[in-house]
Amino acid sequence: MTTRLFGERVPRVEDPRLVTGNGRFLDDLGHDALEAAFVRSPHAHARIVDIDVSEALDVEGLVAIYTYDDLDGRTGEALPLLIPHPTLTHGRTPHALARDEVNHVGEAVVMVVATSRYVAEDAAERVRVEYDFLPAVVGIEAARAAEELVHDDVPGNLAARMVQQTGDADAAVDAAPNLLELDLEIERSASMPLEGKGVLARWDPDDESLLVHTSTQTSTSVRQALAAKLGLPVDRVEVVTPDVGGGFGVKIVHPWPEEILVPWAAIRLGRPVKWTEDRREHFVSSAHERGQLHHVRVGYDDEGVLAGLSVRFWHDNGAYVPYGLIVPIITSTQLLGPYKPGVYRVEFDSLYTNTVLVTPYRGAGRPQGCYVMERVMDAIAAERGIDRTVVRERNFIRPEEMPYDHGLIFQDGRPLLYDSGDYPATLAKLKKLVGWDGFEAYREQARAEGRRVGIGLACYVEGTGVGPYEGGHIRVETDGTVVVSTGLTTQGQGHRTMLAQIVADELGVPFDRVRVTTGDTRRFKYAVGTFASRTAVMSGSAVALTARSVRDKALTIAAEALEVDVEDLEVVDGHVRVKGSPSSSIDLGAVAVLSNPLRYAFDEAAARATQFAAPADPEKPPVGPGEQPGLEGSDYYSPPRSTFANGMHAVVVETDPDTAEIRVLRYCVVHDCGTLVNPMLVEGQIHGGVAQGVGGALYERMEYAPDGQLLNASFMDFLMPYASEVPEVEIDHLVTPSPLNPLGVKGAGEAGVIPGAAAIASAIEDAEGLTITRMPISPSELFALRAAHRKETP
Amino acid sequence: MTTVPVSFSVNGTPYDLHVEPRRLLSDALRHDLRLTGTHVGCEHGVCGACTVLVDGDPVRSCLLFAVTLDGAEITTVEGCCAPSGGMGPVQQAFHECHALQCGFCTPGFVTTVTAYLCDHRDPTRAEAREAVSGNLCRCTGYVNIVSAVQRAAELTAGLTAEDRS
Ligand code: FES
Ligand code: FES
Repeated sequence: MTTRLFGERVPRVEDPRLVTGNGRFLDDLGHDALEAAFVRSPHAHARIVDIDVSEALDVEGLVAIYTYDDLDGRTGEALPLLIPHPTLTHGRTPHALARDEVNHVGEAVVMVVATSRYVAEDAAERVRVEYDFLPAVVGIEAARAAEELVHDDVPGNLAARMVQQTGDADAAVDAAPNLLELDLEIERSASMPLEGKGVLARWDPDDESLLVHTSTQTSTSVRQALAAKLGLPVDRVEVVTPDVGGGFGVKIVHPWPEEILVPWAAIRLGRPVKWTEDRREHFVSSAHERGQLHHVRVGYDDEGVLAGLSVRFWHDNGAYVPYGLIVPIITSTQLLGPYKPGVYRVEFDSLYTNTVLVTPYRGAGRPQGCYVMERVMDAIAAERGIDRTVVRERNFIRPEEMPYDHGLIFQDGRPLLYDSGDYPATLAKLKKLVGWDGFEAYREQARAEGRRVGIGLACYVEGTGVGPYEGGHIRVETDGTVVVSTGLTTQGQGHRTMLAQIVADELGVPFDRVRVTTGDTRRFKYAVGTFASRTAVMSGSAVALTARSVRDKALTIAAEALEVDVEDLEVVDGHVRVKGSPSSSIDLGAVAVLSNPLRYAFDEAAARATQFAAPADPEKPPVGPGEQPGLEGSDYYSPPRSTFANGMHAVVVETDPDTAEIRVLRYCVVHDCGTLVNPMLVEGQIHGGVAQGVGGALYERMEYAPDGQLLNASFMDFLMPYASEVPEVEIDHLVTPSPLNPLGVKGAGEAGVIPGAAAIASAIEDAEGLTITRMPISPSELFALRAAHRKETP
Repeated sequence: MTTVPVSFSVNGTPYDLHVEPRRLLSDALRHDLRLTGTHVGCEHGVCGACTVLVDGDPVRSCLLFAVTLDGAEITTVEGCCAPSGGMGPVQQAFHECHALQCGFCTPGFVTTVTAYLCDHRDPTRAEAREAVSGNLCRCTGYVNIVSAVQRAAELTAGLTAEDRS
């Protein structure tokens, strides 16, 4: 029997290329292309008065300089608002090059194309842009106060205000025996993949076709957008994602200005053009996330059980909203986590500021929601004097209540309906893993050594596998190779391995015969993209369904060849064989040969398939009605709604009594993402998410000065954790298969990051005995909190 | 701009180049020699993705001008392969331990660890962690990278033993 690969820790097929330096990332391509550099706004808010390029024209090697006025046709229009929403009444998006106003430091104003990046930057440096300064709106408070406006025609800096409620939550809160009000804040961070964005465009004037490589999370959508913006027939545009050095959300936004401008210039110049984003550009012109202020009112009984929850929050969406309201909508719905809130009301304002735009970063609004809800749970526990795990347990949705309908609308426009999950079981596992019940003894022991430790936890539920669909195509070549493609893209998750495991199992072929391509529109045209932890669910299911149909086709052809019934056949190890009599078999490559009646014999395999070879019925056409040549097929998977994964993290921290340094001693994760295709890959996703969670809790923040300058736009100042800051991660899995898809999987990509800030806040609070309402937290902030706390409680 | 001649060897192959004095070693390797395994993640010396070995020592190629390397022996990730061209011991260890996801940071880790293992035969887990704590990875959370350092030490020891026998 072929060993089943689903669920196995299969080593990655991606690795041999990548570890030997043979990956091909964007900037590894197009060595002979012209290169672009951009003049970007040094000001947060200003009107462009004049652009003078005369000094730049003398630079040897300069090829072209473009400003807004050069953009013709639809390239001069504002970039699309990708995800409109009825409440997004004042959606504003940028132009590919600033038209008359800049709204954040880093906005592209002038594009320079030259023989090399060095020369392009020489020329860019010589372009003089004259600005009239406008007051900058920075931070949520300034945006909310609206004394100054980001966009003249957007009153109150308000892009959108949205309310969802299941009843009169404030009345329920007021009627409850106990009431708490909390103000909570979480700061800005960013995806910060190690490879920035990049675009390479080649125009073929003979073929009148455009080939674009871009470091994106959605090549199919970039293709559509490019065709629309450049006025090209879609079938003349192909978009390929090369190896991508991480995405984490920032590369789902499209088309970035550069994704339009680079191909546009390549067409105009008739030469390949490339742009590779540098790190500073990434900081000031790619997207950020997080950044929210929350005011919470919660009512609960003496046992800590919620009666009503009313949340008002303000979301900083930066200067533009091309990605709509996805982040705050997710916050507002996923805030509820595994809990029943009683009556719930949430209202948010999405506000413009003169800062880099805000779009999903791994977790996409969930870390904020989780942080808020878990702070609430801890506050109730503290106020009632109940163990923090007990308060949570009392508010959990019970497994027998699944599927559970919250009565809200989720980010996909579908009901927020949890499909499955066993939260009490997850919590029990977590308590055991971290040793929750034995912690007091450990705390005492640490105290005796003069050390201060604390434990915290946080629970989340994550809607994953968001629709509308993904598809797969599989072809068995005549040499038995199985060629699989799916349209969504990959940024390091190991999709090729994971999808090959599924196909190998479903088709009954050896793993090493399967080759998977992702994110290449030449191979697969219809797809959505990689975000929302959706690949295993969506493309996994799609390739499974496709493999099943290809297998059926193979069985039909083989049945005829072997003159047996289809029911008597099985596919094992790449051979279709008669059950119980493995000697009568035919390999899949040969079935592929038979599937395609040929006229010409160009090799031995082909000779076997020529129309004269087969003892066919002379009365029948070689390709029968409803049949198609080739052993191949396509299928799609489209779920009715998202599936909901969940997990709980527990953290042990140590805080230095003198310096307030914060160290994570232990980090425990219990995770339920349904069935696991490859546990090694899932654990890798968790590790990476946890590191980003720790970074987001203790180190990473975007520090904007009041004038809108990003003060820490380098890796020297924006502190992503090194190995020295990230703890070992202890993981336990729980498997509650999703009833929604053929594989029972739920997404796993984002989970690791979601509860990081919440769990670490909980642990620091526990260690210190003071209240934490603002994350991330630095040692100096903790030091200041201690001082303030001493003053309050002398 | 005028160019200046410079000669160095990369992975054992000698090269004579003419480069602008301002050309970074990372660009010379990547775009002049087309050894694109060396990656650039920050261009300011913090991430370590561009780490190459110069006369055996790890250096950040984004912080060096190519012209300063005259006479140097440079090793890039491509030079850390097995003599057969397949994965060398450090690369093999990264593969076995799932110590990479997107793989963009990996070349910098591979070169760093290769140099480290030359004088640290049997690192503890804490030492292994310390050894890679100057390189950024945004994907893996480092857990498996630390494991890979120890596994690479084992594999390297095995190879050395084979050599001796
Ligand atoms: S690219 Fe050289 S250290 Fe980051
Ligand atoms: S594997 Fe992606 S940055 Fe390290």
